[in-house]
Amino acid sequence: MYSTTGIEASNYVSTFNTAFYFITGVSLLLLVGLTFTMLYFVFRYNKKKNLVATQIEGNTFLEILWTVIPIILSLVMFYFGWAGWKPTTRPPKDAMNITSVARMWSFLFVYENGKQSPELIVPVNTPIKINLVSMDVIHSLFIPDFRIKADIIPGREKFMWFLPQIEGKYKIFCAEYCGLQHSSMHSTVNVMSQEKFKAWYAESAKVAAVGENAGPGAAGEAIMRAQGCFACHTPDGTKLIGPSYLNLYGTQQVVLREGKEITVTVDPEYIKRSILEPNADITKGFPANLMQSYRSTLSDDDIAKIIEYLKSLNDK
Amino acid sequence: MSTQKDIEEPSYLDYKGKYRGIFSWILSTDHKRIALLYLFSILAFFATGATLGLLMKFELIAPGKTIMTAQTYNAFFTLHGIIMIFAVVIPGLPAVFGNFLLPIMIGAKDVAFPRLNLLSWYFYVMGVSLVLISQFTGQGPPDTGWTFYAPYSFRTTGNMLPAVFGAFVLGFSSILTGLNFLVTIHRMRAPGMKWLKMPLFPWTLYATGWIQLLATPIIGITLLMIIAEKTLHIGFFDPALGGDPILYQHLFWTYSHPAVYIMILPAMGAISEIISTFSHKTLFGYNFMVASSLAIAFVGYFVWGHHMFTSGMSSTALYAFSLLTFLVAIPSAIKVFNWIATMHKGSIDLQTPFYWAMGFIFVFMIGGFSGLILGSLATNIHLHNTHFVLAHFHFIVFGGTGFAFFGAMHYWYPKMTGKMYDSRWANIGLFLFLTGFIVLYGTMFYLGYKGMPRRYYDYDEIFHTGNIISTMGSWVLYSGLGIIIINLFASLKSGAKAPSNPWGGKTLEWSVPSPPPVENFKEIPVVTKGPYSYK
Repeated sequence: MYSTTGIEASNYVSTFNTAFYFITGVSLLLLVGLTFTMLYFVFRYNKKKNLVATQIEGNTFLEILWTVIPIILSLVMFYFGWAGWKPTTRPPKDAMNITSVARMWSFLFVYENGKQSPELIVPVNTPIKINLVSMDVIHSLFIPDFRIKADIIPGREKFMWFLPQIEGKYKIFCAEYCGLQHSSMHSTVNVMSQEKFKAWYAESAKVAAVGENAGPGAAGEAIMRAQGCFACHTPDGTKLIGPSYLNLYGTQQVVLREGKEITVTVDPEYIKRSILEPNADITKGFPANLMQSYRSTLSDDDIAKIIEYLKSLNDK
Repeated sequence: MSTQKDIEEPSYLDYKGKYRGIFSWILSTDHKRIALLYLFSILAFFATGATLGLLMKFELIAPGKTIMTAQTYNAFFTLHGIIMIFAVVIPGLPAVFGNFLLPIMIGAKDVAFPRLNLLSWYFYVMGVSLVLISQFTGQGPPDTGWTFYAPYSFRTTGNMLPAVFGAFVLGFSSILTGLNFLVTIHRMRAPGMKWLKMPLFPWTLYATGWIQLLATPIIGITLLMIIAEKTLHIGFFDPALGGDPILYQHLFWTYSHPAVYIMILPAMGAISEIISTFSHKTLFGYNFMVASSLAIAFVGYFVWGHHMFTSGMSSTALYAFSLLTFLVAIPSAIKVFNWIATMHKGSIDLQTPFYWAMGFIFVFMIGGFSGLILGSLATNIHLHNTHFVLAHFHFIVFGGTGFAFFGAMHYWYPKMTGKMYDSRWANIGLFLFLTGFIVLYGTMFYLGYKGMPRRYYDYDEIFHTGNIISTMGSWVLYSGLGIIIINLFASLKSGAKAPSNPWGGKTLEWSVPSPPPVENFKEIPVVTKGPYSYK
C-alpha cells in the first residue's frame, strides 16, 4: 500500500524539493562542467599533441574567483536548507498530540483519550505533534514520504510535527540502529478523512482491531500486538530473540534465576512475573536484559487477557 | 640502524642488518621496511573488510534471509566498519606512503623517531588483533556498528569491550605516527628546503599529523569512558545510569569527523603529486593548495555536529554546524579547480596513476556534492541515516582515499619495489573497478532518496530493484580489485627493472635509486628550487 501520489504528502515535501533540486542542480552543472573540462584538457594537452608543457605557477585572480563564487553558492544552498528546516521546530498550537512509544522493536502510538494503536492513524489536514518516547535505546521515527525524521532518545523529551495533506498509507521506518530486529521495526501512517478518523477515535475499545466474532484470547492478542510483543516472541513456534508462545502455557521450562538453573511451570503467576519483572527468570538459551518491564503500561486486567490468549495457543 | 657506508650501497630490500629472515622486517626501524609492514597488514585487513562487504551486498540482493541471519549481518557491518575505518583508511596513506616517502621527499635519512615508528606498527597490530579476538570470544561478536552508539552498546550481549579497547590501542598508533611526522617535518628537512619548497604530499601529512595528535585523544578518552561505564557502572552515557547518550555522540564525532580529514588529506597530497608529474607541469596555485590543506584541517574540527542533525541538538547548534559544513567544502573545491588547472597546457602522459587521479577527481566531486545535500538542514532530515549517507561516505572514503591509495600504489610502485607493473592489466582492473564502484554506490543514492535506512538486514519490496543493481555492481568492483592486486603481485616477479625516475618526476624521491638504499641519500641534497621545477 505504498502511496505513489505522495508528492505533497506532507507540508515538508515542497521545501525539501526546493533545497534538494537547487543543490542537486547546481552540483550536476558543476560536475558535468568540470568533468568535461578535465577530459578536454587530457585530450587537448596529451603529450602526443603538446610535446612541451607551458609552466604556469598560478593566477591569483582565478584563485579569488573560484573561492568567492563557491562561497556565494554554498551560502544560498545553506539558506534553502535552513528555510526548509525552520518550520520543523515550530509546531502549531492547535496540533493534535500523539505519543509515540518506541521499544525494541516496535512502535506504539498512544492518543490523548488513552487509545493505543501500533499503526499511526491521523486525520488529514490536521497538524500532528508526536511526542517521542523511547523505553530502551535510541530509535528514530522516519516517514520517507513526509520527508521527516527525528531520533527518539531515552530520557529526553522530544517531538516532531507534520501536516498530512493526502489520505493514504505511508511507511514508517526506524532509522537509528537499535539491535537485532532493527530492520523489522516499521509501521504505517494511515491518513484518514476527518470523519473516518472521528469515528475511529470515538470507538470505545481502548485497543483497536478486535473483530466482532473474535474467539477466546482475541482481546489479549490485540493488546500484545499493540505492545509489540510479537517482534520477539512468535505465536507459531518460530524462535526469535525470545521463546515462542506456541504450546507454552502449562509446560515445564528450565530458567536461570539469580544464575542458578531451576524448573518452573508456565502458570498465570509465572506469566505475570515474566511481564512485570522480565529479568527475574530467563529461559535457558535466551539472552537476558533485552526485555523491559511492562508495569507502567499493562493493567492486571490486560495481563489476564494475555493469559487467556496464551492458553488459546495450546494444541493449535 | 648501523651506519656503515659502502661505495655501492645495497637497497633497503637487500640490506643485511643485525637480524635475519622475518626478524629483519619486524624488528627493523627503517622507515621503508616499516612502510611495507603496514602495507601488507593493511592489505590483509582490507581483504577481510572487503570480503565482509561483498557478503553483505550478497545478503541484500533480496529481502529476507538470503545467506545469513540478522545477527550475523549486524556483526558483519560492525566488523566491516571497524576494520575499514580504524585499520585501513585512517592509517592507509600516512602509514604506508607517508612512512616510505616522507623522509625521502624532504631529504632525510629516516623519520625523527625510528623506534617509535616501529612501536606504532606494533600498537596497530595489537589493536586490530583485539578487535578480531572480540569476534571469537565472549557471548558473541559485537553488533553495535562501528559508532558504538550508547545506550544500545550497553544493552547488547555482544562482546564489545575488546573491540572498544582495540580501537583505543589503534588510536595510540595513530597519535604516535602523527607526532613522528610532525617532528620529522619540523626538524629534518634538507638544507634549503624552506616550508614553501616542500612538496604537497609532505604538506598534507603535516596537516594530518596535527589532526592525529590533537583529535585522536578525544576518541581515546571516550572509549575509556565506555569501558568505565560498562565495567564500573559510572553513568556517563546510559540514561538508565543517569548518563546522556547525546554526550556520547558529541564526543564520538568530535574525533570521528576530523578523522575523515585524516583519511582524505594525504589522499589529496598524493593526487597533487601524480597530476603534476604526469602533466610535466608545476602544480597550479601551489600556495593556495598548501593553504587549503591547512584550512581543511582547521575547519574540519568544527563540523562534527552535522552527524547529529536529527538527534535533538539546539536550533542554534543546528544552523551553526550546517553553515560551517558548507564552508569546509570551499577549500576542497579550491583543490579540484587547481588540479584541473594544472592539466591546462600540460604535456600529459596517460599512465595508470594519472587515470586513477582522474577517477579520484570524478568520484571525489560526487562525494563532495552529495555532502552539500547532506549538510543542508531540510534535506538532511530526510536523508540522514539512509543509504544516501552510505553512498556519500563510500564515495569520499573508498572513492577518495581508495582511489588515491591505488593511484599512489601504482605511482610509487617502481620506487618501492624496483620493478614496473604491467600497465595493460592495471588499466583493465581500474576500468572494472570504476564501473563497479559507480553502479554499487551510485545506486545507493537512489535507494536512500527513496527512504531505505542504513544498517538494514531486511527491506521493503520497493527497494528490491535498486538493491539487485547495487549488488551486481559489487561483483564488477571486486573483479576489478582482484585484477589490480594480482597484477601488482605478479609484476614483482615478471615486471621489468625500474629506472630511478620512470615518470620524469621532479620531487626528491625520484633522485634516488629504485629501490632506495637503506639511508636513502649518499649525501643529503641541498635544495635550491621549488618542488615541481620543470623549467
